[in-house]
Amino acid sequence: MNQTEAFYQRIEKALQNDQVRQNIRSAMNGLMQKRAEQFNDPEELSELREKARSIRHYSLAKQAELLEKLEQKLIENGIQVHWAETAQQANNIISTILKDAGAKTIVKGKSMVSEEIGLNDYLEQQQIEVLESDLGEFIIQLAKEPPSHIVAPAIHKNRQQIAKLFHHFFPELSYSEDVNELTLMARKILREKFEKADAGVSGVNFAVAETGTLCLVENEGNGRLSTTSPDLHIAITGIEKVVEKLSDIPGLLNMLTKSATGQTITTYFNMISRPRQPDEKDGPRAVHLVLLDNGRSRIRFDNDLLETLRCIRCGSCMNHCPVYVHVGGHAYGTTYPGPIGTVLEPQLAGINNIGALTSACSLCGACAEVCPVKIPLPKLINQLRAEAVNEHFSDKPVLGKGSLRKTPEVIAWSIWQKIYSNPFLYKTFSWFATSLNFLTPSKLGKWSKYRTVPKPAKKSLNQLAQENGFDYE
Amino acid sequence: MQLLRHEGVRVIFPKNQGCCGQPAFNSGYREQALPVARALSKCFPKELPIIVPSASCAGMIKHHWQELFAGQEDEQYVLDIASRTYELTEYLVNELRIKLTDLGEPIEIAVHSSCSAQREMKVDQHIKSLISQLDNVNIIEHQRKTECCGFGGTFMVKQADISGAMVKDKTDCLRETGATTVISQDCGCLMNIGGAFEKQMASGEKSMNTQHIAEFLWQRCYKE
Ligand code: SF4
Repeated sequence: MNQTEAFYQRIEKALQNDQVRQNIRSAMNGLMQKRAEQFNDPEELSELREKARSIRHYSLAKQAELLEKLEQKLIENGIQVHWAETAQQANNIISTILKDAGAKTIVKGKSMVSEEIGLNDYLEQQQIEVLESDLGEFIIQLAKEPPSHIVAPAIHKNRQQIAKLFHHFFPELSYSEDVNELTLMARKILREKFEKADAGVSGVNFAVAETGTLCLVENEGNGRLSTTSPDLHIAITGIEKVVEKLSDIPGLLNMLTKSATGQTITTYFNMISRPRQPDEKDGPRAVHLVLLDNGRSRIRFDNDLLETLRCIRCGSCMNHCPVYVHVGGHAYGTTYPGPIGTVLEPQLAGINNIGALTSACSLCGACAEVCPVKIPLPKLINQLRAEAVNEHFSDKPVLGKGSLRKTPEVIAWSIWQKIYSNPFLYKTFSWFATSLNFLTPSKLGKWSKYRTVPKPAKKSLNQLAQENGFDYE
Repeated sequence: MQLLRHEGVRVIFPKNQGCCGQPAFNSGYREQALPVARALSKCFPKELPIIVPSASCAGMIKHHWQELFAGQEDEQYVLDIASRTYELTEYLVNELRIKLTDLGEPIEIAVHSSCSAQREMKVDQHIKSLISQLDNVNIIEHQRKTECCGFGGTFMVKQADISGAMVKDKTDCLRETGATTVISQDCGCLMNIGGAFEKQMASGEKSMNTQHIAEFLWQRCYKE
């Protein structure tokens, strides 16, 4: 089965799962409302978005320089820096660091980049035990599922489902469907693991070049524990996360937390700048940063597609996406779902692999309206559609250009073009369409399952305009 | 057109007009979209305002033609066209400053603002302001009113199941209002929503009338 067919199958399956759809719908309603409460002044919002956009834009424009500066500062601070061009390289680097340190168990803070490279599976194959410490990640790790949302990975599950899951894995704990009790259970289980872990792995939200600071945004304190309790901390992030200076952070952080969860600020905001110093009582003795490219440089090469990389992973675009709301994150079958996934994934993995994602968008624009860094997501999706069916559409370095071009479609659109660009043909066509409307096929395909087929009007607009005495020239 | 003429506007209907190119443009087939859009652009050589009665077509001409025509000889010409393109309600409210008198019976309606009207053309407030002039018409707000109805042009064909789930949600929310009629600025959405109501009627669900704002105003304010 090819990727496109697999995608359609996942969609069909997702649409049949009423429970998951209901869970997602109600969670997204909540997130949308909380975000809206934070941004009740449209003018202020537009200024804040513009500011965040320009910070991210500037960082990308100066990326090479900033990355150099970042590396230099991190080294000065005692943090070891590693560059990974591919996912495979990143996995290798991390497992080598862990093996060299003799680490057997690790705790992880939430990191989408680690999902992108498939780190958990890779480490488990090397007999390293991985424990997700973010509550949502912990839940889906138990359920052996990938995240369905980039901020709230277990959002597709409701508390009853989570209660059953906990009960299955920890029968010694008493069954409860109470959210607080469930959280306490997870906390208890995780605390023990934290004490024993040899290393912590985390993501990074922003890497500040000026000071060599790694910023980590979280709500549960698990990020802080993962990065401070074990002796070794490995952070991994995409190269696009670098920003110039510390004063860039408030403008981005503010937009990130408000857009993501409707919080003015998260419960924890960690700024990591060096390993434990001789006079300090805690903190990891060694800190590493792995900077991952994995196709990002190729995207950055192009001035239009580069906008993709402004993303600060707030998840707001998926919260507001009517397609995401209906099918959920798993239907996409990619690390990043929703509008940003639709734009980013085909660029990372190639249109030939996952270009079909771009069809799952009605171009309604709800995502672009809320994106805190003003990424024109529908425009980019539409552009990728053009790249997908035309190898020579642009000279952009997109993988798998033209791979979704299908001869019947080309023929259909070419006939359409002939009819609609020639006034005489168009009129003849509409005369036929309107005069022969009794011939309208009532089964035009699957879409007629949900609505009746519109019949052409009895008279064309041209005829009506003439008959009613409008100037017709 | 009748409504505009009634308001003293001389309306010219360029006889060669076809399609703005949007269906092909949104499917990636820009090569095919360009000649179609160009043929339409040639219909409007005179320095006159162009009134488009569907927000998504207006959005295509006003905002996407520049992308489609980028680097072409006639790029400047289509920019000029974009600058004098108006969505119908936008023209009625901002340019014509139309005054309406409601002659109809009391009615409760729901208004579906299309995605293009809200987010591209930003004209969704105009339909409301027109209706607010009508004494006997009461708008009932529906849930998730900013959410897409699932039309999306070829999206409806390519992702029929997702689109079907979206229009089902939309019709459910509209039905919940208890209003009898749905009014919109966009013909595509009306076709989608109207078709879905008709289909659902077969399984015994309550239906609603769907009507374009121009037709609605014409019937309420102008017919003796
Ligand atoms: S694309 Fe924009 S809205 Fe979506 S996750 Fe990224 S920053 Fe947030």
